[in-house]
Amino acid sequence: MTFDRQTTVAQMRTGERGRIIEIAGGYGLTRRLEAMGIRSGRKITKVSSMLMRGPVTIQVDSVQVAIGFGMARRILVELESK
Amino acid sequence: MKILLMGNPNVGKSVFFSRLTGVRVIASNYPGTTVEFTKGYLKLGEEMAEVIDVPGTYTLEPTSKAEEVATEMLKDGDLVIDVVNATNLERNLFLTMQLLERDIPVIVALNVWDDTKHRGIHIDVKKLEQVLGVPVVPTVAVTGEGMKALVSRIHEATSPPVSHRTRDERWVAVGRIIEQVQTVTHRHHTWLERLGDASVKPFPGIPIAVLAILASFMVIRFIGEGLIAYIFEPLFNNLWAPVMMRLSEFLGSGGFLHDILIGKLISGEIDFAQSFGILTTGLFIPFGVVLPYVLAFYLVLGFLEDLGYLPRVAVLLDTLMHRLGMHGYAIIPTLLGLGCNVPGILATRILESKRERFIVATLISIAVPCAALQAMVIGLVGGEGWHYVAIVYGTLFVVWVILGLILNLTVKGFSPELLIEIPPYRLPSARILASKLWMRILGFLKEAIPVVMLGIFVITILYALNVFDYIANFAAPVVSGLLGLPSDATAALVIGFLRKDMAVGMLGALSLSANQLVVGSVVLAMFFPCIASFVVLARELRLKGILAATGIMIAASLVVGSLLNLIL
Repeated sequence: MTFDRQTTVAQMRTGERGRIIEIAGGYGLTRRLEAMGIRSGRKITKVSSMLMRGPVTIQVDSVQVAIGFGMARRILVELESK
Repeated sequence: MKILLMGNPNVGKSVFFSRLTGVRVIASNYPGTTVEFTKGYLKLGEEMAEVIDVPGTYTLEPTSKAEEVATEMLKDGDLVIDVVNATNLERNLFLTMQLLERDIPVIVALNVWDDTKHRGIHIDVKKLEQVLGVPVVPTVAVTGEGMKALVSRIHEATSPPVSHRTRDERWVAVGRIIEQVQTVTHRHHTWLERLGDASVKPFPGIPIAVLAILASFMVIRFIGEGLIAYIFEPLFNNLWAPVMMRLSEFLGSGGFLHDILIGKLISGEIDFAQSFGILTTGLFIPFGVVLPYVLAFYLVLGFLEDLGYLPRVAVLLDTLMHRLGMHGYAIIPTLLGLGCNVPGILATRILESKRERFIVATLISIAVPCAALQAMVIGLVGGEGWHYVAIVYGTLFVVWVILGLILNLTVKGFSPELLIEIPPYRLPSARILASKLWMRILGFLKEAIPVVMLGIFVITILYALNVFDYIANFAAPVVSGLLGLPSDATAALVIGFLRKDMAVGMLGALSLSANQLVVGSVVLAMFFPCIASFVVLARELRLKGILAATGIMIAASLVVGSLLNLIL
């Protein structure tokens, strides 16, 4: 499996897969996301995003987590190439 | 011995707890059902061990009030049963690692074990036990599978010699364990999973939500009205009324004792809605009017909770709720508040910030009518026409929105972003659904009946002493001048402190016009919470918060009541 283009979770399209490269946030955010299984190196799928910068739902392993748009912008991913 | 049940949110600790101790607790399919701890007892050989259902936590570095409770409790436990969701081993093991680093014996329960099979997850339990150094037992708390095995191995729980690690080291350790014990095979999505994904997308998620809400209202009305028309009204009119008439004659159709037990006869007959005796109206309000709707409401709510729908509503509403100073998850305390404000206000603990808890709790106590109040409003105002009921609900909704907007602008601080786990849909288990419904109904009856009876007693005494006349004169400028209600209605507003359903019942006895009923119902709903919610509110918000909330309540209810009086 190869990865190419880099983007953020906020910009991913629904249904796209990728791997988290970095969480560009402070200690608090990184720790909270990590606790829910969202951390560097994990493969994720974007399940949905709401209109008007609403929350984004992502799937990590068998878990789905909804995160605010602001957080989604701070999670950098490399997209899985098709 | 003190045994703590710990684990991530929504791994099934509460069901697990009920299985171990036989103590019924409310369990639902969303993270944060348990915000307070519950105690129970388990017989271990000769000894009775105390078991505590600790609120779920992802780490031992808490981020919400419920998680703080969990971390605090760890200090005085003797043993931890770490309940782990077997379908999500990696994330759950992080907490396990932290627990193993503490100096407390641990035993691991691999719960939701049945789900691993059709999710294509294979876990080598023996190996896991070896790597962790503590007993590991697969369990299915919902069916009770594996529970005996777990109990029989509690004495094997140990605290292996693990030194304190950094977060990164812990994740590396978890990764290594997962590599050794877990294999995942590919499998196809089930229809429940597809439906789950669909309902967090704007389309078709929003239409699904609208349909779900409409369907809920219709089902609640259908069940509530059906129970009243076919069970409770016949019971009261055909069975209870003759008994009460006998008693009335026996008591001489009047006098002090008659007034307390039976109340006033209306043109020689008992009128359950208006007589206001302990055995007539005192039983009719809780059983004949409120109980059917409370039952219907909690049946529907319980179904939606156990299905796992509520967190999805939170996602759909998040953007809107942020404008009102809350995030989407605040919809869960708010919906619970529609049943009873007390659990609603308690549930605000799942929210992270103090500011958000204040906003949500205040909004619940002002603009979210409890099921008891709603049942009375439907019964009373509905008799004048459904559009009047719609005005009451519409007004409260507008108040909720406007007050939210104002609080968002005026209360200092900011509300954090949404960060919640979306549980998979699960078909609700009838057993758990029934047990939860029973607990909530019992809770309602235990709370309502004594207070309604006491209230009626107090009302009769106060009337006999003419206390209400005194208060009515005093309050007349506000009640009559601003709200356009007869000064007699003051008594109802006063009784609203005790219970709202009874207060609405008192309005019903005043032969008000439809518009006056609307004003009265709205003011009663908004003005001061009933005593039970007030106590919880005071506990959750502390003195400063409760003073602010009370001020907002009184001001808002008078403003809205006067406006309605002017418009209608």
